[in-house]
Amino acid sequence: MPIIQVENLVKKFGNITAVDDISFEVEEGTIFGFLGPNGAGKTTTINILCTLLSPTSGRTLIAGHDCISESSKVRKSIGIVFQDTTLDKDLTAYENLIFHAYLYNIPKAEMKERVDNVMKFVDLYNRKEDLVKKFSGGMKRRLEVARGLIHRPRVLFLDEPTLGLDPQSRTNLWEFITTLPEKHNVTIFMTTHYMEEAEVCDRIAVIDNGKIIAIDSPSELKKIVGGDVVSITTTDNIHVRKEIETVFKMSVSEKNDELYMTCSRGDTCIPELIRTLGERVLSVRIQRPTLNDVFLKLTGKTIREEETSGSDSVRESIRAYRRRH
Amino acid sequence: MEFNAVYVIVAREFKKFIREKSRLFSAIARPLLWLFIVGAGISSLVPNQTGVPYTQFIFPGIIGMTILFSSMFSSISIIWDKEFGFMKEILVAPVSRFSIVIGKALSGTIVSTIQALIILALFPFLGFKLGLLQILEIILICVSLSFCISAFGIVLATFYDSYESFSVIMNFIIMPMFFLSGAMYPVKLLPDILRILAKLNPLTYGIDIMKHALFPDASGNMGPDISIMTSTAVIIFTSILFVVIAGKLFERKG
Repeated sequence: MPIIQVENLVKKFGNITAVDDISFEVEEGTIFGFLGPNGAGKTTTINILCTLLSPTSGRTLIAGHDCISESSKVRKSIGIVFQDTTLDKDLTAYENLIFHAYLYNIPKAEMKERVDNVMKFVDLYNRKEDLVKKFSGGMKRRLEVARGLIHRPRVLFLDEPTLGLDPQSRTNLWEFITTLPEKHNVTIFMTTHYMEEAEVCDRIAVIDNGKIIAIDSPSELKKIVGGDVVSITTTDNIHVRKEIETVFKMSVSEKNDELYMTCSRGDTCIPELIRTLGERVLSVRIQRPTLNDVFLKLTGKTIREEETSGSDSVRESIRAYRRRH
Repeated sequence: MEFNAVYVIVAREFKKFIREKSRLFSAIARPLLWLFIVGAGISSLVPNQTGVPYTQFIFPGIIGMTILFSSMFSSISIIWDKEFGFMKEILVAPVSRFSIVIGKALSGTIVSTIQALIILALFPFLGFKLGLLQILEIILICVSLSFCISAFGIVLATFYDSYESFSVIMNFIIMPMFFLSGAMYPVKLLPDILRILAKLNPLTYGIDIMKHALFPDASGNMGPDISIMTSTAVIIFTSILFVVIAGKLFERKG
């Protein structure tokens, strides 16, 4: 049985449809990614799965429990790292985790040991007595992941876990997150709008305007793009271009004195090109498709463009709607 | 109800209260200013006809004020918890909303009673001679009034989610509640409309019972004017009402 089941989920805020009839399943022990621009409906979906929001319609189950009628059982089976920090900055790291242990009714005898263990796991054990306000962004995020693991959840939600972190902390955090399913026997459900980060997932759902537009493994999704982009510079672009088009039957485009072509496998395509063109080739470049290319192919826009356009206003109007109700 | 959750919500608030010395200091300074400066100033205007000097008359009111401010501030910290995200950590936990409300109300009760007792300890300096029974009676009143006001504060806090609302609550709720509670002047001397508003204020009843306990023999304008039974009933009833409403409001989802 899948650990997360979502069937025809819809969430409306007034006349804005934040989540528009989505369905998917997540298998236990995998890393599942929700990928899409800001305002696509990722956080709304997480909030529904975490029992913080009730859906307009549709059904969501976690570990077989209904998120509405069995919310208490669902809450016991999940751990969450929200987009914004939810630590008490005026308490120490240790106090924050002990607070959590009491909330989740961990037996007193095990409490200290469990808290110490997760703190060692995230490498913050030697800072346990420090106030959280002294922690860096990356340390706070690690502490929140540790906190989310104390009650041994079956699913750990990570909502934009690397938002606002510097590149190095980001890399460290991902290395650490990928070890979680094995070491803690937990399924990861994460959202991100960074394409590169979604690559650690076993399966990815690409979400845009509240709808899932593709769902598959990263490598399968990349096949949508059609292969690698090979670009070459030559001594004589005009003739070489014609030659490639007739010999290889590939369409070639030219930009900034470079010739571009898409081949299903760049690694075998390049030797053939060089063999045919010989010394006329001056340089060769190969670009593997990224999930950004996938998003571009699926939606006709890049994820960054989307960020600055309508999505922020969607987020604002949802916020305004929630304030009024 | 989850006792571990209630316990840890209270423990957190208490720990932060102990840690923030400046908060305790300013919480104690405010009633002292009113008691010894405003009180002394006004007492020179008020003739002592009824056997209760003005500086003694305002003592229950100032204890009530201490409770009003510290209970309200404690409950309003929920708005801070929402603003800084910590509330989400509590809301996604497998804990009933009722336990959260009880935990928060008890936090306010403890923090607020401690402060009220510090002010109460000043009674010998104001010329009161209190027996042990009287002191116990007043402590009991402080605990129940603190719980009542804390629960009311939680109801308020559910309506706001940013700290900008703090000054609204301060100016339009806390200050009017203080001025319309019989703390500084007897409710019975107020114009009709203000007297009706004062009767809707749970703080009025708390301060009135304290008057019964502090100067049981006083009559006339300076003495208590609501029966102990009525005041007790109002405080118990409104406490339950506020807890139930707060629980329901916490349960509500978007």
